[in-house]
Amino acid sequence: MKDSSHYRSLAVASRVDRLDQVADFVEECAVATAIVPHRLTVLRLVVEEVFVNVCHYAYLDGEGEVSVGCSVDDDAFVLEVSDGGRPFDPLTRTPPDTSLDLLDRGIGGLGIHLVRTLSDSVTYRREDDRNILRMTFRDKPVPPG
Amino acid sequence: MAIRTRNDRGAVVVEVSGRLDAVTAPEFETTLNASIQQGNLRHVINLDGLEYVSSAGLRGILVIAKLLRSKGGQLRFANVRGTVREVFDISGFGSILTIDESVAAALDGLA
Repeated sequence: MKDSSHYRSLAVASRVDRLDQVADFVEECAVATAIVPHRLTVLRLVVEEVFVNVCHYAYLDGEGEVSVGCSVDDDAFVLEVSDGGRPFDPLTRTPPDTSLDLLDRGIGGLGIHLVRTLSDSVTYRREDDRNILRMTFRDKPVPPG
Repeated sequence: MAIRTRNDRGAVVVEVSGRLDAVTAPEFETTLNASIQQGNLRHVINLDGLEYVSSAGLRGILVIAKLLRSKGGQLRFANVRGTVREVFDISGFGSILTIDESVAAALDGLA
């Protein structure tokens, strides 16, 4: 599966109501590279967390553009989400304390915690005035249960 | 997402199916809020048909759990499986919420 020519991308407005369009697009790209079904749900979750994060925080004055790119690199499915908003590295956020009692729990930072846990690698870079978050997913056997 | 409520043994059983995500979480919160405002304090949420939950869905669940607790109500979950269970566990929700094997077991557990 070493083929970076699989690259496809989609650009949409940074609005949460575009989520299904973005997630469906990435799922379609992944199916073309034969990622197993369990990972498809996980992939969809990662797409949502990253996309919604951009919708909420990237553009201070409202709406902007978000680009989603899919490719295959060294047997991994690669997802890149980029925006032209203010410089922001979500990986610098402190992970949430998941041991706290219900009433003390905030939910901030949980999305990026899920992204870190469920993808095989996450890296941030700032390039040509854009924030780019790159995630990779490798095929894995479906866990029992 | 589809959400249906029914009354069973003095509690409200809420069946949530499909995807609980950033688009659908507001509807989940609105439905549960309305039920609580009507005076229902005992809820069982059946996730049997739920394929997917994201942090936005977890946020909705947390808001409802806190609201019910502040009113002295009770909330139990049933049939938390697969990827939904995985997300609950990663986020710590598996240990802060009360989860039962089935709706019947959850109803039995309500005081």
